[in-house]
Amino acid sequence: MKFGKMKSHRRNRLLLVLLAIAGTGTAVGLVLMALNKNINLFYAPAEIVAGNAPVGETIRAGGMVVNGSVKRGKDLDVSFVISDLKSSEVTVRYSGILPDLFREGQGVIARGVLRDDGVFVADEVLAKHDEKYMPPEVADVLADAHKDKPQAGKTL
Amino acid sequence: MIAELGHFCLILALGLAACLAIIPALGVRLGNESWMRLSASLPIGLFLFVGMSFACLASAFLTDDFSVAYVARNSNTLLPVYYKFSALWGAHEGSFLLWSLIMAGWTLAVSLFSGALTLDMRARVLSVMGVLSFGFILFLLATSDPFERSLPIYPSEGRDLNPLLQDFGLIVHPPMLYMGYVGLSVPFSFAIATLLSGRLDSAWARWSRPWTNVAWSFLTIGITLGSWWAYYELGWGGWWFWDAVENASFMPWLIGTALIHSLAATEKRGVFKSWTVLLAIFAFSFSMLGAFLVRSGVLTSVHAFAVDPERGLFILAFLTIVVGSSLTLYAVKAAGIKSVAGFDFSSREMFLLANNVLLVVATATVLLGTLSPLAYEALTDGRKISVGPPYFNAVFVPIALLLFAWMALSPATTWRRTPWARLWKRQVPILIGSAIVATALVWLLASFEFVAIFVVTICLWIVAGLLLDVARALGNKRDRIAAFFRMPLSMYGMWLAHLGIAVSVLGIVTTIYFSEEKDVRLEEGMVVEMAGYAFAFEGVTQGRGPNYLSDVGKVRVTRDGKDVVTLFPEKRRYMSGGSVMTEAAIDPSPFRDLYVALGESVDNGAWAVRVHYKPLVRWIWWGGILVAFGGFLTVADKRYRAIRVKRAMAVGAPA
Repeated sequence: MKFGKMKSHRRNRLLLVLLAIAGTGTAVGLVLMALNKNINLFYAPAEIVAGNAPVGETIRAGGMVVNGSVKRGKDLDVSFVISDLKSSEVTVRYSGILPDLFREGQGVIARGVLRDDGVFVADEVLAKHDEKYMPPEVADVLADAHKDKPQAGKTL
Repeated sequence: MIAELGHFCLILALGLAACLAIIPALGVRLGNESWMRLSASLPIGLFLFVGMSFACLASAFLTDDFSVAYVARNSNTLLPVYYKFSALWGAHEGSFLLWSLIMAGWTLAVSLFSGALTLDMRARVLSVMGVLSFGFILFLLATSDPFERSLPIYPSEGRDLNPLLQDFGLIVHPPMLYMGYVGLSVPFSFAIATLLSGRLDSAWARWSRPWTNVAWSFLTIGITLGSWWAYYELGWGGWWFWDAVENASFMPWLIGTALIHSLAATEKRGVFKSWTVLLAIFAFSFSMLGAFLVRSGVLTSVHAFAVDPERGLFILAFLTIVVGSSLTLYAVKAAGIKSVAGFDFSSREMFLLANNVLLVVATATVLLGTLSPLAYEALTDGRKISVGPPYFNAVFVPIALLLFAWMALSPATTWRRTPWARLWKRQVPILIGSAIVATALVWLLASFEFVAIFVVTICLWIVAGLLLDVARALGNKRDRIAAFFRMPLSMYGMWLAHLGIAVSVLGIVTTIYFSEEKDVRLEEGMVVEMAGYAFAFEGVTQGRGPNYLSDVGKVRVTRDGKDVVTLFPEKRRYMSGGSVMTEAAIDPSPFRDLYVALGESVDNGAWAVRVHYKPLVRWIWWGGILVAFGGFLTVADKRYRAIRVKRAMAVGAPA
């Protein structure tokens, strides 16, 4: 009687463990696949200018919006230039409504695709809750650009 | 003077927290009863002094005392009085004072409502909570003093509260969320106390359950409010962004959900004991991890407070100590815990276990997505990445759907053994029925969207299963109406919470699949057509609020030539900081929201305008409220009244 109970208990436990392994395995596989596909790398303007950023992949780019660079096109098309305030500038195109805190002279991050003519076509321009807050990526870009070393050499 | 008083109170509170952390626990060790009894009085003092400190900071805000640096940074004389008060928790220092106050409040509540516990158990639980309070208050005093003065030169005007936070949602969202986060420290403390005592019995689960349910319900409300606030305040019409900080609140919620279900099995059947303890430890650990992520600025988030590495380091150290020592204790003590009851492979126990596995896996995927930018940066010498919504949608959503299907099936199971045949016989007809109704509904009202039909089917299945469950519970009663009102409240709680999830998911899937959205350039007199509605733009006029100037757009909405509503979306410019903010105009109704937000002025009188049509979007938050209400209801259940607990504890306690 007692032995029989133990046995079913053990069998349950084995089934449980197998189920858990199968579940975890599937989940890990799914997760890694999704993660691999959906990582967006960040590139500084200098890296994009130097040709170190991939063309045609979704990436993120960031820098300061150059004063006087914001130009309106037809409908809601807009273009502006982001810079590391040193030597490198990238033109960004976007269609849609810009976030409230978007302004010339402010740091922004854009997510989108780099075209082979060097224009960055953004499908999202990142908004921040706080105008005093500088995205860490942009802060790094500015700090790196003002070091003496040429930025273009710093890749993976 | 007031600020110094507040600071002083906080120091006293730190001392009391230290006493609470040490004396009752030492009393247990030495068998000194009067020391153990201090666990009843110390929490009163702790709450009183943190409360006074909180009141002092509030008074500094209400009297515009800009010599206090924190007040000067986050308030302004023009601010309406209710926002002056809520500005207290508008930034890091004050919000952590609120956190500490809530921690003291939970501690006091535990000491007041734990008369039924044995003295040594109560002393242990409250000592653990004392340790947590001590850590939090020390963190405040050491790195984030809200009472710091900027003397002798201080500004005559404050820098103003971030306009996005000048809103009703922000008055209530943080307190509710913190009630949940910090409330999870109660099951945590009880789990630790139980491990220390080595008395892991069902009485422990019975005692933890109502506290867990309350904390979890608050967390549910907090998350729901946050989602609602993001929807109407950020001007994008989105209600969830998989932002790092949203995830930080979602992870303890997921683990908390697992904990609630696992506690049920532990209380009713005495199974999964050590697993439940582990979940209790993890639920609160995720709360602390959330605090770390938000306050250290390690992740790019829309919520990030100003970055200060010192703070991040402190919380990380505290987190490591608390989680590390809890897990070590668990490793040492939990091995001896055995679940006695056996159960069949097909039983409610198994279903709850699978629910737990799914929830934990779901949490792990969210955790991975949230932390992978950190790991990547550390491994690749500062290379920054972001992981966006596509990852979470691809990974979390399938797991969630599996979980929902499981949820539909589970209430029909019984403890110990549920014959598959009986389960199928009951479930297959309602599943087929749900599928037919869902297909008809979605196809007729919108269009043939396979995924939408699939999800709506599950939602209907959940609801039908619940109705069947209610019917079964009343089936053998003679007077069914009387029986309906005499059912245990915890049953209603479960039904309501599950119904809430179904309502919420129905809202989510409808909003995702059948919303319409357009960003358009509009001149005065132009019309946009959407979902049968015509939005006529009638120009922009100037408006003025207490502390801002605004451009007010006028959009008349008609349907088949009949007036529906006139919306006034605003673009506000705040006088103090010059920051600009979009105030969307929404026409809410049970079945659809019309949402209009003003973008920027483009050229010669034209404006960028965002127009949304969002069917059933409100159901998302109604569902959340139902879930929370269900959670609260379970606590009112007769079973949890003190006398019954006392009896259970008396039986469980050794001589």
